[in-house]
Amino acid sequence: MISYLRAVGALLWKDFITEWRSRESISAMLVFALLVILIFNFALELDLRARESLSAGILWTTFIFSGTIGLNRSLAVEKDRGCLDGLLLAPVDRSVIFFGKALGNLIFMLLVAAIVLPVFSFLYGIQVFQPGFLLVVLLGSIGYAAVGTLLATMVVQVRTRDILLPILLFPLTLPVIIAAVKASQGFIQMQPWTEFSIWVNILVAYDLIFLAAAFMLFDFILEE
Amino acid sequence: MLEKPRLLSFLNIFSGLMILIAAGLVFLYAPIEEMMGPVQKVFYFHVATAWVGMLGFLVAAVAGILYLRTGEQRWDIVGVSAVEISLVFFLVAIIMGSIWARPIWNTWWTWDPRLTTATIVELIYAAYMLLRSGVDEPERRARFSAIYAIFGFISVPLTFISIRLLRTIHPVVIGGAEAASEGGFNMDDPMKTAFFFSLAAFSVFFANLLWHRIRLGTLQEKVVSLRIQSYNKES
Repeated sequence: MISYLRAVGALLWKDFITEWRSRESISAMLVFALLVILIFNFALELDLRARESLSAGILWTTFIFSGTIGLNRSLAVEKDRGCLDGLLLAPVDRSVIFFGKALGNLIFMLLVAAIVLPVFSFLYGIQVFQPGFLLVVLLGSIGYAAVGTLLATMVVQVRTRDILLPILLFPLTLPVIIAAVKASQGFIQMQPWTEFSIWVNILVAYDLIFLAAAFMLFDFILEE
Repeated sequence: MLEKPRLLSFLNIFSGLMILIAAGLVFLYAPIEEMMGPVQKVFYFHVATAWVGMLGFLVAAVAGILYLRTGEQRWDIVGVSAVEISLVFFLVAIIMGSIWARPIWNTWWTWDPRLTTATIVELIYAAYMLLRSGVDEPERRARFSAIYAIFGFISVPLTFISIRLLRTIHPVVIGGAEAASEGGFNMDDPMKTAFFFSLAAFSVFFANLLWHRIRLGTLQEKVVSLRIQSYNKES
């Protein structure tokens, strides 16, 4: 168990170092996320009332879109430079690769959220710094990163990889997105907890189901 | 193998007959519904096609599991055959639902849970076909589509539950309360007969099509391998 965790940690550390040297993924995700918010601002004319009801949806759209960029990049880098074969040669369980990459993607998504949320809160005066809301961001990102990493590993081995990831990923993760938006909305609009607590529960359930399924199926993706 | 099996020829005629009888029962035997009038007839085929659609997606998921366990290519053919057929049936179900909704709900489309879920299901399996067309190597294509079919089928009920928690106006015909205000109705016995017969008829029709499509897939494989053989002989 300890060696397993250490292997996951090593993979994660590798991702951090490569990212730190180039800063390509994070900066692209971040600029993209801010652009999405900007576009929403002009596209939707966010007045005071609209902000209340639309903020959760806008935030999650932003996270998801920028997350897709990160996911594609995270696995494409491995594939293009032949690193994936190197990872496969490592004497570790295949699921280590999954958890390492998924954790890396999750942390990058959360980093982007950590910068986007204050900006969003500053621009629109929406109170997002509540422990409950941050928990929802974490839970939603976990589900998205789990399915996303699995599919991205698959997509980088496919001829049409540049266009395929969002097409495969969005319909599958829709339940996570719905639950995350609804739960976030509850916190932003300060609804009583009992009214939207079910969405948080559902989010936890989805995360567990998708993580378990991804864990079981990941082996087959790298079976060469 | 190359000859058409007898049972398949029989099934062609049998399923055609069943569809005809189902149509007869629906239009001649089942009474016209009091509130909605003739448009309610859509219901018998709408539910049957939707059912066959879901059945096919289930078959694809099971075939996916079997493929991953055994690695036999025929399970891949079963999977893609089921998805192809079900995509069409499901689209038909959505379109028929829309035809029914126009007079009853006074709109072609609402973002009701079931309609939304149906759209997403259709999109998931359209994505499945796109995924397949993006992979050239047969073994990898089979593996990836098996995984996606399984994942898709896990995700469908979750999507349905989450959207269901928002309010729905889609009638729950079987075992639903307060259905009348949403366009629901109680079925009397002739209606039930027509309904269940049309379910059965479409199921048989589906099995028939699936068999044809699997056979086509197997023959395609055969052509490919024959081509390779003759190429090897020449060179």
